[in-house]
Amino acid sequence: MIKVTIDGINTEVPEGTTILQAARQIGGEIVPPAMCYYSTLKNSGGKCRACLVRVAAGSAKDPRPMPKLVPSCITMAQDGMVVENITNPQVLETRKGVVEFLLLNHPLDCPICDQAGECDLQNFAYEHGMAKTRYEEERRTFDPIDIGDKIKLHMNRCILCYRCTYVADQLTDNRVHGVINRGDHAEISTYIEKAVDNEFSGNMIDVCPVGALTDKTFRFKQRVWFTKPLDAHRDCPKCSGKVVLWTKGNDVLRVTARKDQYGEVKEFICNECRYDHKDMSHWTVEGPRHIDRGSVISQNHYEKVDLVKLKKDVERQLKFQEGKRLEQTNNSAE
Amino acid sequence: MGRKLLLKDINVPGIKSFEVYRKQGGYASVEKALKTMSPDAVVEEVKKSGLRGRGGAGFPTGMKWSFIDKKSEKPRYLICNADESEPGTFKDRFLMEYIPHALIEGMIVSSFALGAKTSYIYMRGEFRWIFPILEKAIEEARAAGFLGKNILGSGYDLELYVHSGAGAYICGEETAQIESLEGKRGNPRNKPPFPAIVGLYGCPTVVNNVESIAAVPHILNMGGDEYAKIGIGKSTGTKLISASGHINKPGVYEIELGLPVEEFLNSDEYCGGVWKGRKLKAVIPGGSSVPILPADLFLKNAKGEARLMSYESLADGGFASGSMLGSGGFIVMDETACIVRNLWTFARFYHHESCGQCSPCREGTGWMEKVLHRIEHGHGHMHDIDLLVDVAKKIEGNTICPLGDAAAWPVASAIRHFREEFEYHIKYPEKVMNPKHFEIEPFRSEKNLVMA
Ligand SMILES: Cc1cc2nc3c(=O)[nH]c(=O)nc-3n(C[C@H](O)[C@H](O)[C@H](O)COP(=O)(O)O)c2cc1C
Ligand code: SF4
Ligand code: SF4
Ligand code: SF4
Ligand code: FES
Repeated sequence: MIKVTIDGINTEVPEGTTILQAARQIGGEIVPPAMCYYSTLKNSGGKCRACLVRVAAGSAKDPRPMPKLVPSCITMAQDGMVVENITNPQVLETRKGVVEFLLLNHPLDCPICDQAGECDLQNFAYEHGMAKTRYEEERRTFDPIDIGDKIKLHMNRCILCYRCTYVADQLTDNRVHGVINRGDHAEISTYIEKAVDNEFSGNMIDVCPVGALTDKTFRFKQRVWFTKPLDAHRDCPKCSGKVVLWTKGNDVLRVTARKDQYGEVKEFICNECRYDHKDMSHWTVEGPRHIDRGSVISQNHYEKVDLVKLKKDVERQLKFQEGKRLEQTNNSAE
Repeated sequence: MGRKLLLKDINVPGIKSFEVYRKQGGYASVEKALKTMSPDAVVEEVKKSGLRGRGGAGFPTGMKWSFIDKKSEKPRYLICNADESEPGTFKDRFLMEYIPHALIEGMIVSSFALGAKTSYIYMRGEFRWIFPILEKAIEEARAAGFLGKNILGSGYDLELYVHSGAGAYICGEETAQIESLEGKRGNPRNKPPFPAIVGLYGCPTVVNNVESIAAVPHILNMGGDEYAKIGIGKSTGTKLISASGHINKPGVYEIELGLPVEEFLNSDEYCGGVWKGRKLKAVIPGGSSVPILPADLFLKNAKGEARLMSYESLADGGFASGSMLGSGGFIVMDETACIVRNLWTFARFYHHESCGQCSPCREGTGWMEKVLHRIEHGHGHMHDIDLLVDVAKKIEGNTICPLGDAAAWPVASAIRHFREEFEYHIKYPEKVMNPKHFEIEPFRSEKNLVMA
């Protein structure tokens, strides 16, 4: 075991633990946000830079600080390492910058986006962003496309976290999509005339942190916070069969894998469970799903509508929208 | 005349061919190394020579070689970085095109030093015409027994391949280059692990610039100590400089490190002075990624000492008043040049070339380009200047690879030294409508202009 200090809190973790995982072990406010890292997907992380932290002391052996901020999701903790996350103003300032960068070309779509309410970017922007954008150029846009008969791609919303490509590499036997082009024109695309069609491809939807990949069989049926999530399982020869049923009355509107408090799926599910059993009688219901993330659905109404909370959620959404709208004064004469 | 090594025989007719190259003493270092030296002894000579990487970062080559993991049983690889795509830099192209055997000879002795049995030359995709030149050189060397199995009866085997890129600047970054060589999308890797431990196909790998590798035979021939006497201080040896812009004699020159910048700029042996009798406005001494220097700070550092063409002297003053030798892409601007326009051009380049993996560089490069485009075309606001500084600051140091820094530094330095010119663009939009605005009416700031 090695000793690490994060924002003044000491913890012990096994060797080979990343700073982010060590922070998650402590839990609470000091856990860095992660937009691209996904613990169950090998090689993920290191790209979005949301999780950058400062290492004030490298290790007990070599206590020098690291010259640059490091991505906590892929940087290994060392014995005696001292990490600053929310206690370091430079880290917070940089994080604000990352929010701004991620929203730069992001559409003002929340009100019509199927991800709203369970969107990592929305949460990230709300918690770490600045009040308004300074971007006054035109956003780059793409048209939404089908990348398989069950999955819709809204490239405008993609943050290029690469998670879906790792799902395709690691869970399916043949990746038929990837990133084409470079820079801010890079986009997710299927190979020429290929469609994503594989027994585990639906997991791409669950790992997508934003509303870029969505379930076509659920889209626009219902705002997520008006549905009731239930833990359920069935005997499935292909996967664990452990799912969340998103229901309204007795209707199963959507089936997803179960996400933990960091939005990560630990047990992926097959497409049969996801798409072909939208019938309550196919499932053994375990009980209501506890959603303890700081997202809009966590404040939802399993039994009765909590009007005060709902109002807050709406206000929060509006405030988020407002933040992304341009200041009119930008055009005033200098 | 300064000392010449790499380009010593450039004017010998037929030097492209193995025969002539050999007659001029070529491949002597291969004979010396393989017949009389151990690989470690070669590394030792390179360490003693003080040779620093010529690809831009200036990292000591011998030290880099000594980091390669020799303990693991895995094969080791040497990759020659011939992706030269930095705006303003065209020295490797010149070397490969006109003396291809200098690189092949260097590859053989360097591979021997590292214990690499397979080595690659990763060449910029646009250098199509150089591809057959190198392939021919490799065939000639093989026919003469300098490549293949049991070279010169020493028991050392080496296969050398030329690989053509597909036109991406980012594939010049060493880990992106490794990915690309593996047949993947050229995305830089997060480090650590470093290539010396986990490189090509997961094996220990060294990536070196063309010029660094081409310098090794000279080091072996004269001995590391002797090589270290050339140059000045820790800037040992000779360096190729590709000079371009508003000078009388653009081209590739070999200089002895430590040459006064003024001599390089004005003497007839080198650049021949600023063209058309104009005044010098600014110089970018090491390729588009290094900070720009106004004429006064280029010729003399902040302490008033004359600058030299060396790693240390050009960097004197840090980023506040210095720059870097970088890759040796020497870009000269006379008084009619527009700093904003030039910066916009570079920003466009970095925007186009960002791989898009990490958010600060992917989004920030595009943002800076758009803001600069606006300012240059007379649609800027005063607050845009500080915005640019802030965006550059948010990119710098926060990305996976140094392309983010390379995009940020020129912006930060241009505004630091030429803020008045940005303000002028914003105050007088009608005057900057014409792209040649400063030719029509040169922008004068007493601060920066120096008589040529
Ligand atoms: C965006 C980017 C582009 C680069 N392009 C080149 C290049 O074209 N040629 C080169 O030799 N080094 C290039 N480099 C530097 C390489 O990553 C590496 O440091 C170099 O090849 C090492 O060789 P050296 O030690 O001999 O200088 C580039 C680096 C970056 C970040
Ligand atoms: S922030 Fe999230 S919810 Fe809002 S538009 Fe983007 S992806 Fe959709
Ligand atoms: S589509 Fe979603 S999962 Fe895939 S790269 Fe984009 S944001 Fe990430
Ligand atoms: S800094 Fe730019 S080029 Fe380098 S990895 Fe990040 S996005 Fe790609
Ligand atoms: S979560 Fe660490 S860089 Fe994206």
